[in-house]
Formats: sequence, C-alpha cells, structure tokens
Amino acid sequence: MSSNCCACVDEKERKLQEIIEKYKNINGALIPVLHEAQDVYGYLPMSVQKKISEKMNIPLSEIYGVVTFYTQFSLKPKGKYKVSTCMGTACYVKGSNLILDKLKEKLGISVGDCSEDGRFSLEACRCIGACGLAPVIMINDDVYGKLSPDDIDKILDKYKDL
Amino acid sequence: MDYFRAHVLICGGTGCTSSHSPKIQQEFADQLEKNNISKEVKIVTTGCFGLCAQGPIVVVYPEGAMYTMVRVEDVKEIVEEHLVKGRLVRRLMAGDTEAEDTSKSLENVGFFKNQVRIALRNCGTINPENIDEYIAYDGYKALQMALTEMKPEDVIAEIKKSGLRGRGGAGFPTGLKWELTAKAEGDDKIIACNADEGDPGAFMDRSVLEGDPHSLIEAMIIAGYAIGANQGYIYVRAEYPIAVKRLNIAIEQAKDYGLLGKNILGTDFSFSLELRLGAGAFVCGEETALITSIEGKRGEPKPKPPFPAVRGLWQKPTLLNNVETYANIPIILTKGADWFTTIGSEKSKGTKVFAVGGKINNTGLVEVPIGTTLREVVYDIGGGIPNGKKFKAAQTGGPSGGCIPASLIDTPIDYETLKEIGSMMGSGGLIIMDEDNCMVDIAKFFLEFTVEESCGKCPPCRIGTKRMLEILERITGGKGEMEDIEKLEILSKNIISSALCGLGQSAPQPVLSTLRYFKDEYIAHVKDKKCPAGVCKSMMRYVIQADLCKSCGICAKNCPVGAITGEKKVPYVIDQDKCIKCGVCMEKCPFKAIFKNV
Repeated sequence: MSSNCCACVDEKERKLQEIIEKYKNINGALIPVLHEAQDVYGYLPMSVQKKISEKMNIPLSEIYGVVTFYTQFSLKPKGKYKVSTCMGTACYVKGSNLILDKLKEKLGISVGDCSEDGRFSLEACRCIGACGLAPVIMINDDVYGKLSPDDIDKILDKYKDL
Repeated sequence: MDYFRAHVLICGGTGCTSSHSPKIQQEFADQLEKNNISKEVKIVTTGCFGLCAQGPIVVVYPEGAMYTMVRVEDVKEIVEEHLVKGRLVRRLMAGDTEAEDTSKSLENVGFFKNQVRIALRNCGTINPENIDEYIAYDGYKALQMALTEMKPEDVIAEIKKSGLRGRGGAGFPTGLKWELTAKAEGDDKIIACNADEGDPGAFMDRSVLEGDPHSLIEAMIIAGYAIGANQGYIYVRAEYPIAVKRLNIAIEQAKDYGLLGKNILGTDFSFSLELRLGAGAFVCGEETALITSIEGKRGEPKPKPPFPAVRGLWQKPTLLNNVETYANIPIILTKGADWFTTIGSEKSKGTKVFAVGGKINNTGLVEVPIGTTLREVVYDIGGGIPNGKKFKAAQTGGPSGGCIPASLIDTPIDYETLKEIGSMMGSGGLIIMDEDNCMVDIAKFFLEFTVEESCGKCPPCRIGTKRMLEILERITGGKGEMEDIEKLEILSKNIISSALCGLGQSAPQPVLSTLRYFKDEYIAHVKDKKCPAGVCKSMMRYVIQADLCKSCGICAKNCPVGAITGEKKVPYVIDQDKCIKCGVCMEKCPFKAIFKNV
C-alpha cells in the first residue's frame, strides 16, 4: 500500500475519532455517529462498524442490527452519483415504475447496486416530498420532476464525467 | 429601517427549489441591479406556497400578483414591466379561468380562495430563515402570553377547550394528551416532536418545517412550560435536508433571542431543544418506535401500555405530537380557543392540511376546515382531473388507510366519517386516482411497502403481510383463484386483531378497502384474467392489427427480445410467449397499427 493511501485512511479515522468524541456525553449517540461516519466513508463497511464498536463500547451485534434496520445506512459503497427514484404513492400512480425500469436498463444495474466504474448507484426511495412534481428522481442533491421515461437519457448525460 | 416599495417573494420549498427557484432568485437580483432598483425592491425567499405543480412560484407585493411556472428568461420581463413600469405580466399569472378579469391576486386564485390557512399561516409569507419576520407576524407572542400571563394548567385548559386533535393520523385529543403527561409521575419530563413524515405521498410537515420552523419551536417551548419539561427533541427525516438546515438556523436564532435556553424571557422557565435525524424507517412514525430510535436503537415498537405519557424516552414521561399539531398551538393561544372552535366540524375543530397528489391538476398542499367534502378538495381547489379522465378514487392515510370511491365523493373529510367508510384521516396524504389506475395494483403497492417496512418483531405483521403480498402477486400475475380473495379477507382480520403496533394493525386496510369498493376488479383479474385498467403487465397483450400494418418492420427492429416477425407485404405478428410487454413497438409504429389489449 502506498503511503499516500495510508494517509487518506488515517485522515478518515481521525475524523471518525472526532465524531465519536463530539457525541461522547450525548444520550442515544449511536445513530448520529453512524450518520456522520457514513458521510466520511461513503458507506458503513464492517471495518468501520468494528471501530465504532470498540471506541463507543457498544457490542458489534447491536451496531450491525441498527445499520441493517435503517434504509439510510448502507453496507455497500455508493456510486459517485446516487440516483434515487421516488416510489412514493404520488409518483407511483404517475408511473414511477416505468422510470425505474428505464434507469435499470440505461445503467445496467438493479436497485441497491453500483455500476462497475463506480459512477452510478441506483436506489428506490420512499418519498422525497416533492409529490407536486411527480414522478421525480434525485441524483445526489438535484431533483428532477415531471418526468417521462424519455427524459432519462438527457438527464444521465449530464453526469458523464467521473 | 430600510423601506422597500415592493417585495418579490420566491418560493424556496423543495418543489420549487427542484424547479430551479434559486436560479430565478439570482436572476432577479441581477435584473434589479441592472435597473437600479435593488434598493427599492426586496427579494424574500419563503417557504412553500402549496401550489407545487405550478412552480416555481413568484409573488410580487403590494399587488399580491402571483406568477407561476416562471423561467429564468421571464425574470427580465417581470422586472422591467411590473417592477419598473407597474404593469402586470398577465401571461405568467396563475391560470384561473373564473377569476380571469379580476386582479388575480393571490387571494383570488381558486386554489387559495377556498382554503383556510392556520397551520400553514406563514408558509409562503415569511422568510423562514429570519426570526424577525416570524415575530412580525405575532410570532412568540403566544409564548410570552403563556409564560407571563398564564399558569401551566391554564395553557392546557385552553388547548383542551379548543378541541384540537392530533394531526398525525389517529386524532387523539391534544389537550388530553398534554394533561395526562402533565399529571404523570416524575419531575423530569420530555417534549418530543414527530417530524418523521414517512407516509409516501405526504409532505405537509415538510412544508411547515421548511416554511415556518419557528412556529414548531414556539409550540414545543409552550408545551414544555405546560407539562413541566425542560428538554425537547425533534425527530426529523434525514431525507429532508432543507428542513434540517432551516430548523438548525431557527434553533440558533431562538437561542440568540433568549427564547431557548435558561430563564426564557426573564422567567424561571428553561428549555432546550435538540434535533435528531431519522434514518429511513417508516415504523419510526409509530410513537414507541420513534422513542426507541431516538435512544439510538433499532426502531422497534413496544407494547402499550405503558404509554409514552407515562413512560417514554429514557423511561421518562414524554409528550409526543406531530409537526402540524404543534403548528396550531401558538395561534390557538393568541386568537383564543373560542375562535378555533368556530372552524371545522362538530367533532373535530380547526383545519387539516392535505398533500394532494396523483392524477389531479393542482397538485400541492391544501389546508381546509375539517368537514370539507372530498368533492370541494378535488374540484374547487384541486381543479379536477387532468386530460378529461374520470375520477376513480382518492387514497387517504397512506399504507394505513384506504380508498374512497367516486360514489362517496361528497363525504365530509373528518376523522370519524373516513373511518366509517374504511379509510382514515392519516397524516394527510391524499392521492387522486383516475380510470387508468388498477386498484388491485394499488393494494399490492401498499402491501409491498408494508412488507419492506415491517420491523419484523411480531409474526402477524412480519409473516402475515408477506403472505398477503404473495396472494396479491398471484392475482395480478394472472394466477389467482377465487379462494385467494377469501384468504385475503381472513388474513386481514387476523393481522388487524393480533399485530403489535399501528403499522401492522392497519397494514391490511388498503386491501380491505379496495375489496370493499372495487371487488369487481379483483374478480376480473381472477376469473377473466383481465386487468380492466390495463396496468397489470402479465395480463396485457400487444397485438398488431393486420389491416393497418404496412409491413415496414420498424416494430421488429425495435423489439428488444425479437418477439416480432414478418416479411414484406405480410402483416407482422407478435409472439406472445416471447413478448415482455415493454410497449416499445406500439410507441415506434408510424401507422398506429399496434394496440394494447386489456
């Protein structure tokens, strides 16, 4: 392993230590710590969960239980661009399943997976609260509304660069 | 203080933000600068106006002119015509045919004129990131009244008198809940707010959090004073980044003004408030599950009693209300319970906010007095169904609710009436469906949701809903039998009577209500193997009508699975065994010779 990469691992670990320190005296700190740890690492692999377990003195089984309970936490890495298709009721009755089919076809991955080049990951989410614009998708923080399957190509083109 | 001759209000809610309202705001700033009027006209970012479908929305005062679907290119015209020359830009104003010739100010647009905005009173009016604007609209006046003029029991008495009921779904009387928590044993009590709006298709709470965060904070401080608590928690969805940001800003501002923290307004009362982010679990909308989640654990519900009012967060008596309920509190105190009771129906006072979505023209947020009929909401406010389609049903209560068929469109919307007809008020999602929606498919959609969101703690919910979903998949897959319908009914009854929490107990509702009003659709799927709405793919057939086919071969070229064959001068044919029902052939046929057979 090059020294460069080690430095980056250390940097993340230092941030994790800071997060845990910040929540030291707060009741029910595990979920906020997991949120922030995921921001640092992009996901929550077993190695990170083990570190949190040791440093917070919480059994690993309990941490794994929490991570797998909530949909916001992921055991798998996400793509650079996270594509979430809203599958809330308002979007569903307006054909969001067709949008999702199109995205699966275009990206060549199924829900929960990440493309091989690490560019896109695909999620089906419950409701992002933009029901007035149904059907909607979200790519990272950008929301695209009032979609039809034909719009997908043009939108994905904007995210070509890795 | 600076004086401005005009104000430009730009919606900064999630809907309009995704329709690029930030870019429009920048363009306004540039154009005002260019015309040398940036010192005369003030730009204000507000919360949601409610008419998300027509976004981005810009309102110009003093006229109250509402511009809809504004594009960046339109800004120049609004600035030069309206703000410089004083002429309204009519082509961009809300399209309301009835009020065509009136001033078309905000109050006259059909969407708004039939609404009574109490919980949403400040949304779209003030800048949610500025506490002074909230204070200018009587903000924190109720807190001052409570702390300096009222005893805690007076506050509770006033809330009880107002008849306010919980807006989270079940409709429990709020004043009674406050009284029970106040009387519970223990000195250390907690105020909590459920801002984990999990019902897919509902975004009322989001709008209040984004558009008027101080009204929630003020109400929670008042609640703390009334029941004797010094600590509060807001459990908010992590999926609402704008709401989280604005809540954080609002809490800091309230601290700076001495409205949160020690000795609030110079009294002995102290109160602090913390945000806790949810992590995406629908079951956490259930009160005991929400409490377990704030404690940092898997959000699994617990049997009741003990109720949270007796033993809640960290075993302390906890008062838990949802965002919309809290948003009503300050105005009830400032205007009085007597005023509040003049609005609403006999059993339920005040208003309810609905997130109206689906097949309706004016999708968005609507606040109406409780007891308003569904017809008024769908037609007078919602502007009817698009594309000349027929209204088929309205779904309320999300995965815990049911469908209201067209025959009951004149039902007044109230906690009791909705329950009687097999639906529920729920948190306020109101999804409109037209003739193109298959009711069996909708029931399956909600069951998929519940199966995924079931926490797995109790078997009736974990296993029972899964079995129901399997039956629905059989039916929509064209493999159902008549006894499957009976099985659904039996399973529903058993799950309702034996599941641990509200999620499980209400999970069969979407199936039961669609069975009640749309049984013929289930039978069509089972007996005739047909989906009358043409939604269920397995029962659909694409066919090429021989006399219209010109044998051009475009369909065969575009078919992704090679299911279409033919040759010159002979009509093409689709091999139904190979067809995956993607519909590409129908889309591509230049002669419209391909039809969807249902």
